[in-house]
Amino acid sequence: MLAKRIIPCLDVKDGRVVKGVSFINLRDAGDPVENAKYYDEQGADELIFLDITASHEKRKIILDVVMKTAEDVFMPLTVGGGIKTLDDIRDLLNAGCDKVSINTTAVKDPYFISRAAGKFGSQCIVVAIDAKRVNNNMSDATGEDWFTETALKDVILPLATGELTWAISTHGGRKMKLIDAVKWAKKMEELGAGEIMLTSMDRDGTKDGYDIELTQTISETVSIPVIASGGAGTLEHLYEGLALGKADAALAASIFHFREYTIKEAKEYLKSRGVPVRL
Amino acid sequence: MIAIVDYGMGNLRSVEKGFKKVGIDATVTSDPKIVDNARAIVLPGVGAFRDCIKNLSDLSLTEAVVRSIGKGKPYLGICLGLQVLFSESEEFGRCRGLDIFKGKVVKFRFEEFGGKVPHMGWNNINIINRPPVLSEIPDNSFFYFVHSFYVVPEDKSIIAATTDYGVTFTSMIWKDNVFATQFHPEKSQGLGLKVLTGFGEFVKKA
Repeated sequence: MLAKRIIPCLDVKDGRVVKGVSFINLRDAGDPVENAKYYDEQGADELIFLDITASHEKRKIILDVVMKTAEDVFMPLTVGGGIKTLDDIRDLLNAGCDKVSINTTAVKDPYFISRAAGKFGSQCIVVAIDAKRVNNNMSDATGEDWFTETALKDVILPLATGELTWAISTHGGRKMKLIDAVKWAKKMEELGAGEIMLTSMDRDGTKDGYDIELTQTISETVSIPVIASGGAGTLEHLYEGLALGKADAALAASIFHFREYTIKEAKEYLKSRGVPVRL
Repeated sequence: MIAIVDYGMGNLRSVEKGFKKVGIDATVTSDPKIVDNARAIVLPGVGAFRDCIKNLSDLSLTEAVVRSIGKGKPYLGICLGLQVLFSESEEFGRCRGLDIFKGKVVKFRFEEFGGKVPHMGWNNINIINRPPVLSEIPDNSFFYFVHSFYVVPEDKSIIAATTDYGVTFTSMIWKDNVFATQFHPEKSQGLGLKVLTGFGEFVKKA
């Protein structure tokens, strides 16, 4: 039986692992390769490096991190952050990573996803969606000027809807877009994404648990795997994301990084609650 | 020396590093002569069946691979390296394979079982007919999979292991010198490395 996956996520800046609250206050938590080995030994199902390096000149550092990791760690590795071109993807795959996660570039140019999937295969193209519940505070959002193509018009979020909806954000949560997150997920699947990494920006860094409604809605809308992300603070939250949110994988950062729980403890707990996991 | 055949389909570095980790000499190559002279060959790869067949042909590797298998040289196929051994794939209409084994490559149909496609993650293998390369692997062990298509061999006696994902599909085949897995040993942590070790041992004895 296919096991639900537990995926630690490491934020990497200039070659060092950092993780903070809601992308703002960063605390240093060590060397990426050592972290990767630690999670490998614990039996993590995959690993994600989110590269938050700001300056373009330092972006090559992540390739070195990936190469060193692939020498010693034999598990699926995803890298996200700052991927703009097909060459960026090729360089990462050649360095030894298995999947790349793309957010902002997909929003700027949705057909980048088709080109990437056509060239490297859907299985290595993960689309990261940062979703935020829509309130009336969308005045600074943009989006109408995008997607002039008829095929993409239907993903623009209609305002003044009474229904619960989520809009997407880019640039690490700093920019909101008038794009319906659920329709966007479906569109990304159609264009060739192999997996969705779904982060609730309302919950990210809060430790209040995943946004279950969001996770369930998108998991049931697409037929590709969904990784729940943003807000995991307890083992119960992992259970909720997988069992109630119907996610295929649960991503967590701080609860593992600061050794509150080990991966093994998390999996034993999930197993006791009837979730299929690999132990 | 084991030749890891590079035909431009995906991450060969992990396979090379995996063999290195367990102390087995393996070289990545796209030179048909090196493939011809190698003691054993490994054909990894993820992606599209059609591109795989085309790239092998464009690099003049098809003959060398088929010849090596025919001569009884140990072969380890991984993912696409399993699928291309069969007669044809239903991907993009129809596409001819290497036809070493009779059978088809078909797609998981989401509509039929409601599961996500690709089949991505860790799943168990049920060992039906234990090949020597799995000698150290307990039955029902978890391996890492990522694929949307699976093989349906006509000759059921070549099925070494099966896996359940909506359907029960063939996750490994074995016939004489040919071993091929749908899962990725190079991504399956310690157990995966044991499969690579098992293949290395088989090559030594061959």
